[in-house]
Amino acid sequence: MADTIALLGRYFGVSIRAQLQYRASFLLNATGQFVNSGIEFVGLWALFDRFGHLAGWTFAEVAFFYGVVNCTFAIADALTTGFDRFGTHYVKTGDFDRLLLRPRPTALQLAGHEFAVRRVGRLLQGLIVLAWATSALDIPWDAARVALLLVTVAGGIAFFFGLMVLQATLCFWTTESLEIMNVLTYGGVETAQYPLSIYHVAFRRVFTFVVPLACIGYFPVVAVLGVEDPLGTGRVFQALAPLAGVAFLGLSFVAWSIGVRRYTSTGS
Amino acid sequence: MSRLKPYTAVVSARYRNLLQYRAAAFAGFVTQLFWGSIRLMILAAFYAAAEGPQPMNMVEVVAYVWLGQALLGMLPWNTDADFKEQVTSGAVAYDLLRPLDLYGYWYARTLAFRTATTTLRAVPMVVFAMLLLPAFGLAEWALPVPSVTGLIGFLAAITAAALLSTAITVLAHISMLWTLSGEGVDRILPSFVTILSGMIVPLPLFPDWMQPFLSWQPFRGLCDVPYRIYSGNIPIAEAANEIAFTLAWTLAIVWFGRFLLSRGVRRLVVQGG
Repeated sequence: MADTIALLGRYFGVSIRAQLQYRASFLLNATGQFVNSGIEFVGLWALFDRFGHLAGWTFAEVAFFYGVVNCTFAIADALTTGFDRFGTHYVKTGDFDRLLLRPRPTALQLAGHEFAVRRVGRLLQGLIVLAWATSALDIPWDAARVALLLVTVAGGIAFFFGLMVLQATLCFWTTESLEIMNVLTYGGVETAQYPLSIYHVAFRRVFTFVVPLACIGYFPVVAVLGVEDPLGTGRVFQALAPLAGVAFLGLSFVAWSIGVRRYTSTGS
Repeated sequence: MSRLKPYTAVVSARYRNLLQYRAAAFAGFVTQLFWGSIRLMILAAFYAAAEGPQPMNMVEVVAYVWLGQALLGMLPWNTDADFKEQVTSGAVAYDLLRPLDLYGYWYARTLAFRTATTTLRAVPMVVFAMLLLPAFGLAEWALPVPSVTGLIGFLAAITAAALLSTAITVLAHISMLWTLSGEGVDRILPSFVTILSGMIVPLPLFPDWMQPFLSWQPFRGLCDVPYRIYSGNIPIAEAANEIAFTLAWTLAIVWFGRFLLSRGVRRLVVQGG
């Protein structure tokens, strides 16, 4: 285990040093990420400026949802470039063979493909929004709340990581990386920026039971905010919900290993 | 007419090329459908608690959101990857040798790039949002059928929007003669375009004090003008003025693009042997 973590650390160290060689490109990418997600927040602000509240939720509360999911996704996104590019970089070229030959788990090697430092743009933007929302909301921070927030973010990283693993797994069948998974990744972020209670019941079910997005955003965040859930869930459920993200990641790895067994090389 | 022939030939060749990507179009359709649904539910939740009359009613908002999703590809939010490749490889030099007006040639190519995939994606989206949603009992979420005048005004305005969008994209292409990578434009352009055109939030819903600025900037000709003419939020009597506004910006940007291109070509250094 220690060996695994050390190896991942080595991978990331090399990757970060490589990316910082292209300083201008890195700055441009990070700024772009910051501005792009910031623009979304401007839209959110405009709507609250006109309508005052969203089905009883205040601007600061929604900003908190927004901040949590953006930080979570930024971290998961930084860790999963290898899975994102799996189809084009590894399956199409047959390069996955090389990963299979090494005496380390394939998923670990793919995670080490790149640590995308440019995602710091979205992370920073999310943190700023989160800091503002926290100061505006006057949350009584105690150990339980801090712990739950950290568990939520960890569960969220596991969840988005799982989505990327599934996206990569599909490449064993399709070869090409499928654009369609963006609905769940980027679309998931878009969805989780707003409280689940405003969506149609069919969407709520899908995002709770099929793709447990609400379990790593809405439910635990409601508990951190200390408000009543209009959907009527209890605190125990809300606090345990982030575990669904970890379970989702576990299932994704099961699917991954089925895919690996099915893999036939395309290389020559 | 024969003088236009090379340009129309460029447009049709690019169209046939780009229409090959049907799987990508299907993925795009599902993505847009999801995105539109989420946006509509958010806006509907805001509207449910709205006090007093708003600058747009919910039916107009529904039309705005679906049209935006259907015509997303027409926004000048990215550059043509083939063109980028030409600039970095130096193949762009061949374009200088063609017995054609360079700006006109690039404009024709870009017009096809901007509109070909959009046509492929817009049709299923409109069919779904206008005809299938009512069939599922979701009539209040459906793209409303426009009035005859609204439709005519919309078609004129969306044509002007395509011309404007192409002019902006060509400008981004020309900027690559200086930046080479195109990476900068590709990162920054989407933010400005999506927020200022009305894609993120319909422009009339922004605070009242921002409206004077919002109504003069060129990007609103891309979405805000055509979509509001469609729903009647901009009365047909004012449509001609609004379309003229879009075309005036288009001409200004074309003029600026031509100016930049003439400067760029003079200092162009093609690498490689």
